[in-house]
Amino acid sequence: MKLYNGPIIIVGLVIFLAIFLLPFYISGGKTAAVPKPELPKKSVATECVMPTEYMRTSHMQLLNVWRDMVVRDGDRIFINEKGKHFNMSLTNTCLSCHDSKAKFCDSCHDYLAVAPVCWECHLVPKEKK
Amino acid sequence: MGVDRRKFLKIAGISAALGLGGSVGWQLLRPGQLDAAEEPWNTPYQWVTRDHGALKEVPNPRALKGKRWGMAVDMKKFTPATAKAAVEACNYYHNVPSIPTKQDIKWIWLAPYKNVFPEVENPMAGDYTDMDYITMCNHCDQPPCVRVCPTKATFRRDDGIVLMDFHRCIGCRFCMAACPYGSRSFNFQDPRPFIKKQYDGFPTRAKGVVEKCNFCAERLAVGKLPYCAEASGGAMIFGDVDNAGSALRKALRGRYSIRRKPNLGTNPQVYYLV
Amino acid sequence: MLEKALSGSKLYWGWLVCLLILMAAGFASYLVQYNEGLVITGMSRDVSWGFYIAQFTFLVGVAASAVMLVLPYYLHHYKDFGRITILGEFLAISAVLMCILFIFVDLGKPTRILNVMLYPTPNSILFWDMIVLNGYLIINLVAGWVTLESERKQVAPPGWIKPVIYLSIPWAVSIHTVTAFLYAGLPGRGFWLTAILAPRFLASAFAAGPAVLILLGYLVKKLTNFDPGKAAFETLAKIVTYAIILHIFFFFLEVFTVFYSNIPGHMDHMKYLYFGYHGYNALVPWMWAALICGFAAIVLLVNPRTRQNTTILPIACVLVFICTWIDKGMGMIAGGFIPNPLHEITEYAPTALELLVTFGVYATGAFVLTILYKVALGVKEEEAAL
Repeated sequence: MKLYNGPIIIVGLVIFLAIFLLPFYISGGKTAAVPKPELPKKSVATECVMPTEYMRTSHMQLLNVWRDMVVRDGDRIFINEKGKHFNMSLTNTCLSCHDSKAKFCDSCHDYLAVAPVCWECHLVPKEKK
Repeated sequence: MGVDRRKFLKIAGISAALGLGGSVGWQLLRPGQLDAAEEPWNTPYQWVTRDHGALKEVPNPRALKGKRWGMAVDMKKFTPATAKAAVEACNYYHNVPSIPTKQDIKWIWLAPYKNVFPEVENPMAGDYTDMDYITMCNHCDQPPCVRVCPTKATFRRDDGIVLMDFHRCIGCRFCMAACPYGSRSFNFQDPRPFIKKQYDGFPTRAKGVVEKCNFCAERLAVGKLPYCAEASGGAMIFGDVDNAGSALRKALRGRYSIRRKPNLGTNPQVYYLV
Repeated sequence: MLEKALSGSKLYWGWLVCLLILMAAGFASYLVQYNEGLVITGMSRDVSWGFYIAQFTFLVGVAASAVMLVLPYYLHHYKDFGRITILGEFLAISAVLMCILFIFVDLGKPTRILNVMLYPTPNSILFWDMIVLNGYLIINLVAGWVTLESERKQVAPPGWIKPVIYLSIPWAVSIHTVTAFLYAGLPGRGFWLTAILAPRFLASAFAAGPAVLILLGYLVKKLTNFDPGKAAFETLAKIVTYAIILHIFFFFLEVFTVFYSNIPGHMDHMKYLYFGYHGYNALVPWMWAALICGFAAIVLLVNPRTRQNTTILPIACVLVFICTWIDKGMGMIAGGFIPNPLHEITEYAPTALELLVTFGVYATGAFVLTILYKVALGVKEEEAAL
């Protein structure tokens, strides 16, 4: 078997490998620290609108449902499995307990390199000290 | 052998594209680490979609309910001061930016009679044609903006309010061409630097979407009247057009009212009492 | 067949490199727009569509005009168009591609473009425009490519391609009709609110498209050994003649209705465009230039002696291009927005960055066109050598 255009192919492969392996080189084989989002103090809140396990995996879907309910259907009250009522609002409900976006939302989002566009419009209330 | 090599490269290329872009790469690098985040549909709550049956949402019990919301603007009660108060209240509570160019954003503003009612000019009438009129979205019964929107980002609610879903708008500006009242504005840029005093209770908008007056849907939802009506000192009367007993209908009954461009068949729901 | 585009003269490669540079400049300008927003354009609250949508409207016409070749050739077996039809189909492909790009660069939230398909809205004409434009792109790509490939293999084209080609005929009319419907159905815009908008669009399209094709044909003839044939040029020139006359005729129909009815909402736009309005007259010289070019073109084209003259015909074609480009581009879009629904006047002129993005899109279209023509001409050359 003869390799046509050998040099070009090999140089191309080397360049590809170099680019592909660059992140490993830059991180020096170490992994970034796993984030530990800071939960609200027990005095502020003990329970979220949904179980923690669910919120961890699916909060974005829940927020999408909330968004459509509020904007398109005009329904603003959310009733969870335990029958508790919540005002469906990112700024006024979620962030009133999770009062530090930086320590809660951003810690995971930054780690996973996701940039939710929510904050382009939705305001973050000034953090209480 | 040529064909074989080509086939091999094809398979290798496809698997590389899929593998590196998808979960395989992650699994190789950090086994188990991302399992939870990766497959939300494996949780017991896989029904969290818009047409699910298990979660419950209801309107606020205090919300104002109407069949067709409308507004009457009493030009006899209007003074420059109340008009200004109404405009400023709206701008503040909705984070409407003030941009000093022709790419400005307007929800509610004042304009001379001849601009608000072009082609209905009446130079002999004097008194009421000399005034400035408050101008806003007419929340039409047959809104052309809703008709042309390619994504249903602007839509008419059952209670007559024509709303914008800023999450869905693609910024094509077809609605701006369609609106016969010039009531819509486009965010040519990020509006935040142009908001003098930010109100935390209402979101701002992002660059690239169209916006307009929302008849204070967020206020009605908690049982309150629109900001402009509240600030106008009784010159703006908000109410249900389909309810014969409403304050709006009472105001319309005794007075002569005009509407903007009624000949276009849009059936605007803002009435001017002159 | 695509490998035919990989070998060419220095001129060919130099041209491609030039286009790539322009494309890069356009792309860089678009990145600025993407980051800053449409604030970098000359558009405003009152004139909310500008140069991009104007180019889009014009190019839909160029794309639709391929039907002027396909229809005589395939439906009436007009043999003289045998050599040039593929050039028309490939011109349509590049024009539709530019149309789609112009819509894209005009969007405020381009990342959400798929919302048009995720939330299909049949009551929006823009939804249908998306369907007919993409459909037309696919139809022409398939029809052009398959017929060319059969030509290369010296076999008859497969039977299934016939219905596809026939479908392209009404489809071509549909793309420009739907584009006219974008404007013609809006209650508050007197300038566009006219049933003759779609026919007017089609007339100017059937003038502009074949005029561009004649110019491209001459260029091809000069640069390569390929000659579309004298008869093809002459027939195309006749099509341009009838179409530009119709275009001007329709324009006067519009002028009559607008001014005789004396309805201000319809008149004021025309007044602004051709005479200036309340001291605003940025577009007046452009509109008269368009009209004069149109008349000059008619004079040159109607007379058979000047029409058949190979030096004068290209000049007439350039005049037709200028006339329709200004009329449909600048005039049609800005004219509809000035004065605004509150009878206020905000004028419009594109900014430098806006123009750069526009050139970038045109360069992309020219790039695709060059590649496609290279392939088509390569096949024709191969055939001639047999």
